[in-house]
Amino acid sequence: MAALRLQGFKTLNLAPLDLTLAAGELVFLSGPSGSGKSLLLRALADLDPHEGEAWLDGTASSSLPAPEWRRRIGLLPAESFWWFDKVGDHFDPATGNDKAARVDRASLVLLNRLGFEPEVMDWTVSRLSTGERQRLALARLLALQPQALLLDEASANLDPSNRDRVEALIQDYRRDKDAAVLWVSHDPDQRHRLSAPAAGLPGARRLIIRGDRLEEEVAGEGALNQREQAIRWN
Amino acid sequence: MELITLSPFDLGLAASLVLLLALLSWRLHLGVEKRVLIAALRSAIQLSLIGLVLNFLFAQTSFALIGLWALIMLAIAGWEVMARQKHRYKGVWSFGIGTLSMFLSSFSVIFLALTLIIGVEPWYQPQYLIPLLGMLLGNTMSGIAITLDNLSRQAWEGRGHIEARLLLGQSWECAISDIRRDSLRAGLIPIINSMAAAGLVSLPGMMTGQILAGSPPMEAAKYQMMILFLISAGTGLGSAAAVWIGSRRLFDNRQRLRLDRLTGPER
Repeated sequence: MAALRLQGFKTLNLAPLDLTLAAGELVFLSGPSGSGKSLLLRALADLDPHEGEAWLDGTASSSLPAPEWRRRIGLLPAESFWWFDKVGDHFDPATGNDKAARVDRASLVLLNRLGFEPEVMDWTVSRLSTGERQRLALARLLALQPQALLLDEASANLDPSNRDRVEALIQDYRRDKDAAVLWVSHDPDQRHRLSAPAAGLPGARRLIIRGDRLEEEVAGEGALNQREQAIRWN
Repeated sequence: MELITLSPFDLGLAASLVLLLALLSWRLHLGVEKRVLIAALRSAIQLSLIGLVLNFLFAQTSFALIGLWALIMLAIAGWEVMARQKHRYKGVWSFGIGTLSMFLSSFSVIFLALTLIIGVEPWYQPQYLIPLLGMLLGNTMSGIAITLDNLSRQAWEGRGHIEARLLLGQSWECAISDIRRDSLRAGLIPIINSMAAAGLVSLPGMMTGQILAGSPPMEAAKYQMMILFLISAGTGLGSAAAVWIGSRRLFDNRQRLRLDRLTGPER
């Protein structure tokens, strides 16, 4: 189990932030684009310089070597990147070598739950669709068994059935590992749907960025935002 | 065989060919006549000055003066490396990485060559040191420039990949290992090519010079071999140093990729 705690955590666009996610807690984060959601997640993974401190349970970010911290906090960026030719070569991150990539059983279970056959490991990355990349990136991350999850639009490019797979997998991971999950999602329906308490899982908190602060999202507000957005787009 | 000295008239004759080229450029509207003339004039002035300086240095054999001249050569080469980067390191690093790498590689290789291989007495005999150092610096300069340019450009373009690897808990060295390898390889290719083509396609400059000065071709060939080996060692060492320092500088102590330490692409 791992709780995520932020103290005086200051990134570029936001005021210093104090936030605690209990172990197994899901917190949705939304806000206008450019408001600093992704930058907050990047800073939490210590990919950008920042002020303040983050803790996973009792362990401060600065007390760990950066790679170890990143492995524990598990950030899934909105865009996934692949550097070897074959999918499977990315599933052996301990070495980063393309040779002798061993795919363990746990990874295969993950892949299966996301709708892939084991053969996907031999696919070349260039033939993957955007949605496949997104799902495989999630599998690649969960295979490392991070203690917490930072998700940046984890299901944005997926069709409804795959989106459901991703949601179910993340909810199960959250329950089984008791992992704190901070999830940036633009989809008000998704935020609403997953906020309700489910079997063995407490509901989620929904936070929204207003100006440079995080506030509780009022029920139904997201839907309103969506309507506003639709008007703006038309 | 005697060294035939060139009279001013001989040089003038050769220079008139350049004038002819400029005339041709003017007639054909190539628009480079001014640049041809300026470049020719520059080369005449620079080479005359170097001739004078070397005349002076050779007469002295003073370690301090020779050392100073070697450092000037190094600084100019370092400047040249910096000028060839698309994404430069900010601050002193841009000049510093190339210069330090060249200093480490060229100077150690040349010291080795002069003391162990050629065995000149004293080892800093300018007649050997200056031309050899010039050739070494000229070649390691291109190798290091290519290596560093590759490194910074690929890091700039490959930010997504590098950060994705960092996010999976890889160390900075692992995350940039492919780019490092690639850059080093790119930097070594010119010297490998010139070793492979030596003598067949082009008669290298040093060998040509020695033959013109009356050395037996076989002696000239031996010197040329030595210098090629020295150059490849120097380029390899220098590029490796540059890629190590350069890639280390791309990350901070929390192993974050810091592209803000590079300048953006020009224009």
